[in-house]
Amino acid sequence: MIRHATLAALSLALLAGSSAGAANLQTTAGVQTIQSVSDPLDSPRWEDMRKMFFGDAPVIFDERVRVSAPRIAEDSMNVPVTVDASALGDARSVLVFADFNPIIKVLEFQATHARPSLGFRLKLQQSSPVRAAVLGSDGIWRVGGAWITATGGGCTLPSTGSSSPEWQERLNEVNGRIWSRVDGGERVRMRIIHPMDTGLAAGIPVFHIEDLALADSAGRKLIEIQTFEPVSENPSFTIDLPPEATSGGRLHVSGRDNNGNRIDAWVTP
Amino acid sequence: MGDTMITSVPRALLTLLLSALAPLLAQANDFDYRLAPRMIANDVYALIGTTEDFSFANGGNIVNSGFIVGPSGVIVIDTGSSRRYGEQLLAAIATITDKPIALTINTHHHPDHFLGNQAFPPDTLAATPETIHGIRTEGEGFSANMYRLNGDWMLGSEVVVPAKTLAAGRIRVAGRDLEFLPLAGHTASDLVVIDHDSGTVFAADLIFNRRAPTTPHADIPRWLAALDTLEAIPAKRWVPGHGEVSEDTAPIRHTRAYLEWLADTITRGAEAGLDMTEMLAMPIPEAFADMNLAASEFRRSVTHLYPAAEQAALKR
Ligand SMILES: [Zn+2]
Repeated sequence: MIRHATLAALSLALLAGSSAGAANLQTTAGVQTIQSVSDPLDSPRWEDMRKMFFGDAPVIFDERVRVSAPRIAEDSMNVPVTVDASALGDARSVLVFADFNPIIKVLEFQATHARPSLGFRLKLQQSSPVRAAVLGSDGIWRVGGAWITATGGGCTLPSTGSSSPEWQERLNEVNGRIWSRVDGGERVRMRIIHPMDTGLAAGIPVFHIEDLALADSAGRKLIEIQTFEPVSENPSFTIDLPPEATSGGRLHVSGRDNNGNRIDAWVTP
Repeated sequence: MGDTMITSVPRALLTLLLSALAPLLAQANDFDYRLAPRMIANDVYALIGTTEDFSFANGGNIVNSGFIVGPSGVIVIDTGSSRRYGEQLLAAIATITDKPIALTINTHHHPDHFLGNQAFPPDTLAATPETIHGIRTEGEGFSANMYRLNGDWMLGSEVVVPAKTLAAGRIRVAGRDLEFLPLAGHTASDLVVIDHDSGTVFAADLIFNRRAPTTPHADIPRWLAALDTLEAIPAKRWVPGHGEVSEDTAPIRHTRAYLEWLADTITRGAEAGLDMTEMLAMPIPEAFADMNLAASEFRRSVTHLYPAAEQAALKR
């Protein structure tokens, strides 16, 4: 049994950026060595993934590219995942994909001033590795990942929004909030109203957010995110800013979906 | 109980899954749940399932059912997780009495409480209007999920929607002094059945005894209010939906303590800005160490309940 820790203490620890109690959550692959050249997740699709995303470039599996996700997805439409490449030091650009999804690429982000970590939710069509990959300045891709068992249907089920008229009035509405972190930085959480339809459900065309950016009030870009169809309906994101990127003021969210609808909102502390 | 998730499993896939299980089945068993009615009061019987999750090993027998032998017939409370369970429950009743089935109650719309309906006379099947609606609209999805979890134990099981509507009130059924108390919180409708002759309360899934409560359709404030109502009943014994029969209110208080901790943890996590992956890593307090499946149910509950708490925190 896990020892009791108070929520407050744990929240502080988490917001201070330390790793969570790993007992309930898997974090990256359980490899003995920190790095390996063969897929620690032993996915039959790995070779296809390697060719598709990395071509002839060198790839190593590296535990410092952390992927935190539940072992079993309770809700295939909303599987929570956090990727965190900050242990690599110089990581800025992160690619996320799921080997067995009908649409493999989930998202990409460039953490220009934010920490190279992102919390989000995705749809899983079936059990699959979810992987994060970072291209280093040495030209080597470093990959981390986790297998998630899912009962499926996540990508071919229609969004709830597609069957309800309410979202149309609220499309691209942003709800967000900023918290202070004990390390002097900030945490930003935001949720955007959007159906994120994959186009794989019969009769419902593809409709998803493509680009998002978070900037400070001076217009400095903190993080840019390119989202694809597997990102869950009404996407929510958790973004951490280091002290040097923290302004204490409001932050601007901008973006657009594949139909050209704009996202333009401010998140206040 | 709840299902883990509602999915529409294509028939072909289902067949594939079931045939993959075939080698296991060959050596497996006779699909006998070995249901043993236990007399908990005069003419009142309970059948207590394990406090596990659904699996092929237990065939879905993780649920409690019960029956009351009235002067002119038998009142059945919940029919179990499969057609086989229902048939074996009916056979078990026949070892106790040869009186006819007068009323067969589904306390709520979760599949382990109604998938045995096929075995019982259709005109005896009864539930509240909300539960009837829930079985009608969500039953098929639950059933597919139960096939996936319990395998061939489920063969031949089909959703049978009760036709008879139960309303609140104290009435005589088959000569027995019963009271129907429709509460809610575990689902939109959780029917409590009080047998006044014996002082027995069949509390449905509003009480879990040493087994973590499940929350796929929960409304925790309503559930807590229902527990207050239950605790005020001057009963001699409580039959929970899952776990052992109790002669005191300890399981009510334990269920309440867990639900209060769960709701508080989720609200405070959302207010503190935690991501769902961080919530999933939250430890379970020692106070619930004796509650089976607390860690896994907590993680499922985070999936069910955290999104609404997050939205409230973001919109504050
Ligand atoms: Zn239930």
